[in-house]
Amino acid sequence: MTTAETYVTAAYCAVFAIVLVYVLIIALKVQRLEREVDELAGRAAAREAEPEERREAAVVG
Amino acid sequence: MSAGRAQLTPVARRYRISLPALAAASLVLVTLALALVFFVAPNDADQGFSQRIFYFHVSIAITAYFCFGLGAWKALVHLWKRDPRADLESYVAVHQGVIFGSLVLITGSIWAKISWGHWWLWSEDQLVLFLVLFLFYAAYFMLRFSVDPGPQRANMSAVYALFGVVLIPVSFMAIRLAKQAIHPVVFTLQGPKFGGWILVTYCVAQVAMLVLAYTLYRVELAGKRVDARVRELKEVLA
Repeated sequence: MTTAETYVTAAYCAVFAIVLVYVLIIALKVQRLEREVDELAGRAAAREAEPEERREAAVVG
Repeated sequence: MSAGRAQLTPVARRYRISLPALAAASLVLVTLALALVFFVAPNDADQGFSQRIFYFHVSIAITAYFCFGLGAWKALVHLWKRDPRADLESYVAVHQGVIFGSLVLITGSIWAKISWGHWWLWSEDQLVLFLVLFLFYAAYFMLRFSVDPGPQRANMSAVYALFGVVLIPVSFMAIRLAKQAIHPVVFTLQGPKFGGWILVTYCVAQVAMLVLAYTLYRVELAGKRVDARVRELKEVLA
């Protein structure tokens, strides 16, 4: 490999690497968002369940 | 609940081209550009094989200018029409500009090393002015994250992004106005200084970089919007 070829390869690899790092950061962010949405879905489900429990309690009482 | 809903992030714009279609177009265009760069474009008579850095270096530089310009335009829309979506769009466009700007500096330094024997030349106006533009927009994030989220932050960020746009034509024209420069000028008022496969390859690489930047812009924007909505939903459900 000539010096010119080495430098050109380095330049294109740098572009590729930075785009890949960017994609990695976005992927980590999506992963975090997924966790947060799951947490929110859990909270929403717990909220929906609350009035039903109360209704049942009223019938028994 | 209705009060909570009223505070939620404005609904995203409806785009004509879907994100998967854009991502596929980016993949095809970047692959095509790489194939043309390495297998079709001829060696430059003067610089030989190393000139192949030009195809991505110049197209990435133009894309960085475009991103900074878009950021400034969105900032103007924010200040002018008070469109709540524009602030986030301006921020994401500036972020893309900084990413592509760092690529310009890296690929440019590598090309400089092989062509001129130096990684960087402080005597070159084009290089220094691009670095000033890059650092100006890098400082945008320091300003933005030093202020609490809200209208004040949005307005300050918009004014800053708008001021920076002045540096774009200065940076672009610097090489054309400088009397003595070793940085090559390939686009003149008479048109590009090359033709044939070199021109075709450059055009494909330029379109590929613009589509890639727009795809990354849309991906980041979608992520930021979802993030904002999740935060607001957390407050509503707390």
